[in-house]
Amino acid sequence: MATSWDAVIIGAGVNGCAIAYNLAKRGLRVVILDKTDVCAQASGQNGGGVRQSARDPRELPLAMLSVSLFSSLAEELDQDVEYVQAGNLRLCTTSEQETAMRAAVAQQRVDFGLDVRYVDRGELEALNQHLAEWVVGASYCPTDGHANPLLTTYAFARKACELGAELRTGETVTRIRLSRGTVRSVVTDREVYSTGLVINAAGIGGRAVANMVGLDFPMTPVFTEVLVTEAREPMFAQMIGTASSDFYGHQTTHGSFVWGGFVGYETFLHDGHHGGTQRPNYPEVASAICRTVLRYFPGLGELNVIRTWGGLIAQVADKVPVLGPVPEVPGYISATGFSGHGFGIAPAVGRVIGQAVLGETPDVDLSPFTADRFGPVH
Amino acid sequence: MSTTSCANVSRARSLADQESLDSLVICRCEEVSRGEILAALETGVSSVSGVKRVTRAGMGLCQGQTCGRLVTSLVAETTGQRADQVEPLTARPPVRPVPMAVLARDRDETAMDGK
Repeated sequence: MATSWDAVIIGAGVNGCAIAYNLAKRGLRVVILDKTDVCAQASGQNGGGVRQSARDPRELPLAMLSVSLFSSLAEELDQDVEYVQAGNLRLCTTSEQETAMRAAVAQQRVDFGLDVRYVDRGELEALNQHLAEWVVGASYCPTDGHANPLLTTYAFARKACELGAELRTGETVTRIRLSRGTVRSVVTDREVYSTGLVINAAGIGGRAVANMVGLDFPMTPVFTEVLVTEAREPMFAQMIGTASSDFYGHQTTHGSFVWGGFVGYETFLHDGHHGGTQRPNYPEVASAICRTVLRYFPGLGELNVIRTWGGLIAQVADKVPVLGPVPEVPGYISATGFSGHGFGIAPAVGRVIGQAVLGETPDVDLSPFTADRFGPVH
Repeated sequence: MSTTSCANVSRARSLADQESLDSLVICRCEEVSRGEILAALETGVSSVSGVKRVTRAGMGLCQGQTCGRLVTSLVAETTGQRADQVEPLTARPPVRPVPMAVLARDRDETAMDGK
């Protein structure tokens, strides 16, 4: 016995839930399906950055829209999502990095009107008193920040349900049925959902879902790790990154530090590209994160690490997502392949995918994110 | 893993009616009460990990080694499962807190003895 829905969303991560919220708000009857749970993959494991600076130029308009939405998100969703808009510092340690950073910052300011500038050591010390001597300066984008991805995802899910959406976890989509090339129903291990609209927000499962309607795009899971420390008194509120991209992180409103980083050969430690969704811990990685963080923040050595975890990034070959309708398959809409940037832009993705679903012109042009940018979609 | 989250609401409500127990602290590290956990289970949360993500129960220094079983039993009662059917918290290293300097191997861990 099939039930009838305006839209079926596959994936209860932050983007699936944000899309569900936007569609439910517009009166659509939607169901979110997830094979495990809300936040079960990248939405539950990421570092919580809400960042515009140093974004890919194609993605920057989405990031800027998202920042404008984050400022009222707590009120809109009736949930404190621990959003802190205290800026992002991207730290430089050499004159070469400084030169490149000054140029990048100027370009983002001119091309997109982003409020970002280079701060030298003197100004940097006024913003953050805990940096090592070798840090020469940083890019500073005062409207960047961070938030709690767990609370944000559940807040979107809860609000969507209040507006009439259904959330079904522990249910696996096995196929998407087409009729004359158009979406007709979604089949799970439990039920058949009649619908003319299916939204692929399946994260690392997104490529397999695309394959169900005969589409493919170059995406592979990339392994990464994050750690969290015990809480301490507030030290600094900025989101931190580096010109070398060797680590990122921030101090949460709770007081703990969340740090993520890379050793450079995670791909070879982990066989995620064979379809595995296991997220083990490799002792090399947490160790490398600590070593790197302490080179920039030498005063944090006594801070206790209380948990480390692995996560899988749904990485597309050109590191921006596949977003929007696919003309070749009417009724199929992609919102996957976020390549590690999915949390910060989720409020914007929810909004523009909602607009695309309703046939409106999205606030942000989705043409850089088409499924066929790598070649023919079939 | 439970099925439909919304179906758990009535069971969570009947447990939540036992108001006198609501102020009991279940997670000592993060000071999360039974009432807060049941409130989460009333609004879309249906797993032990979900309770942790929303309330912080099990997110503190002991990483749920103290409260894990209690949270599991509340999830079991709410979702109508047996406690041994409920997916427990994922155990992750380190087993006990370790200073960043030790994990970075900038310092021999034995040097931390007696601290």
